[in-house]
Amino acid sequence: MNAANTIALTPLDLMLAASLLVINAAISWAFGLRLERGIAFAATRMVVQLALVGLVLKFIFEQTSPLWTLALVLVMAAAAGVEVVTRQHRRLKGWQAFGLSSATLLFIGVAITSLGVGVIIEPEPWYAPRYVLPILGMVLGNAMTAMSLVLDTFCETVTRERTAIEARLALGAQRQEAMSGALRASLRTGMTPILTSMATTGIVALPGMMTGQILAGADPVEAVKYQVLIMFLIAAATALASFFGGLGAALLLTDKRHRLRLERLAAPK
Amino acid sequence: MAGLAPAAPLLLRLVPANNKKSSEPVLRVEHLQAGTLPPLTFEVAAGECLAIEGPSGAGKTLLLRAIADLDPAPGQVFLNGAERNEMPGYEWRRHVRYCAAEPAWWTDTPRAAFAKAPPGRVDRLLHSLGLEPQVLDRALSAVSTGERQRLALARALTDEPPLLLLDEPTGALDPQSAALVEELIKYQMLSGRSAILVSHDRGQIERLAHARLLLSKPAAAGASPTVVAVP
Repeated sequence: MNAANTIALTPLDLMLAASLLVINAAISWAFGLRLERGIAFAATRMVVQLALVGLVLKFIFEQTSPLWTLALVLVMAAAAGVEVVTRQHRRLKGWQAFGLSSATLLFIGVAITSLGVGVIIEPEPWYAPRYVLPILGMVLGNAMTAMSLVLDTFCETVTRERTAIEARLALGAQRQEAMSGALRASLRTGMTPILTSMATTGIVALPGMMTGQILAGADPVEAVKYQVLIMFLIAAATALASFFGGLGAALLLTDKRHRLRLERLAAPK
Repeated sequence: MAGLAPAAPLLLRLVPANNKKSSEPVLRVEHLQAGTLPPLTFEVAAGECLAIEGPSGAGKTLLLRAIADLDPAPGQVFLNGAERNEMPGYEWRRHVRYCAAEPAWWTDTPRAAFAKAPPGRVDRLLHSLGLEPQVLDRALSAVSTGERQRLALARALTDEPPLLLLDEPTGALDPQSAALVEELIKYQMLSGRSAILVSHDRGQIERLAHARLLLSKPAAAGASPTVVAVP
C-alpha cells in the first residue's frame, strides 16, 4: 500500500458528501416517516464515533502493545454484546443475553482473528494492531449481525410457536427436539446474509475493505486476496455466532427439566 | 365412587373409596402449588378418573400443567411411587401425558406426528374416534378443529401412557364425536390407566369421573378449593 497515492479529503469534501443526506430527509418528510431527527442523530453519531476511533487507532498503532490491543478487543466485544441485546424485539431478561452475546462474540472474534492474523497473515509482531483490529472489527461486526438476527428470529419463533413446542414437550420430546424448528429457522436467518454476500461480491457489490485498499493505492490483486481471506473468516465467524447464539438462546429459554420458560423474555419493545 | 376428606383448609385429600384400598395409587400429589392455587394433596388410583371443575381462570389448566411438569411448581408428584424429579422431565411426560384443550401441530400433515407409533395401533385409535386413516395425509389446514382435537387425543394415546391429563377433550366436538371420545376414555380406564379430566360438561363428568375436585377462583373473597364427591 502506498500512502503517497492517497488523495487527502478536505472537510469541505466531507460536508459535500454529508449534504447527500438531504435526500434521506426529503423522503422521510414527503412520506411522513418522521425519521429526520433519527437521520441527523445517526449521521452525527457516526461522524463522532469514527473521529474518536480514528484517534484511538492512531494512539494504539503507535503503542503496538499487546495489552492495548487486548483492551480494545475487550471493549469492542462488550460493545458488540450491548448492540446485540438492544437490537432484540423480544430480549432475554437480566444479564444473560449480554453475557451470552459478549462472551460468544469475544470467543469467536479472538479465535477467527487469531487464525486469520496469527496463522495466515503472520504480521510482525503477531499482535500488530494495524492488522488485528481492522480484521477483528470486520469479524465482530458480521458475527454481531448474525447473532442478532438469530436471537431475534429464535425468540420470535419460539413465542409464536409456543403451543406447538409445548405439545412436543408434553409428548415426551427433549427440548432440543421440540425447538428444532425454531433453531433451524433462526440459523438459516443468521447464515443467509453471508452466503448472499459471498455470491454477489465482485458482481453486485465491491466490498468496503477492498475498495478502501484500492482507493488508498494498493494493488487491486493484493486487495482482492485480502478480501477473499476476510470473506472466508467472516463466513466462519457468522456460522459460529449463529450456532452459539441459537444454542445459547435455546438453553436460556428452557430449563433442566426440559420446560419452556418464556417468562424469561422481556415484553416486546 | 370416591370418598373425600379435606385434611386442612388448603390441603385436599381425595382418596379412592370404591373398595380399592389395597391398590397403590398411580398418581400421588403432595402439597403441589400450581400458580396461585393453594397447595393440593390428592391421589388417583389405577383405572380411576378425577374430574376437575371450576370457572375459567380458576387454575384447572395450570394444575394439569404442573402435574405434567410443564411449569415449575413446588410440591411433590409421584407416579407409581416414583417422584417426578427422580427422572428427566421428558421421561416423566412420557408417562404423564398432558393433552391440551387447543392441540397444536408442528407438521404439515398429522402423519409425521405419528411417525414413532405402531401403525396398527394408530389405525385402531383413529377408528375408535370415528376418523378415517386418510386424515393423516391431509394438510392440517384442511383438517377441521374437531378432527384435530380427536387426532391430538389419538396422538397422546399411541404409546399408552399410564396417566392422562385431559384438558377439555371434547370442547370442540359434536355430541356424536364427544360420545366416541368418552368411550375411548372409558376404555382407557378399563385397561387400568388413570385420568384427570378438566371439563365444563357436568353430564360428561358424571359419566366418566370417580371423584371431582372443584376449584373456585382464588380471587373470590377468601375462596379456597373445595372437594365434592360424585353422587
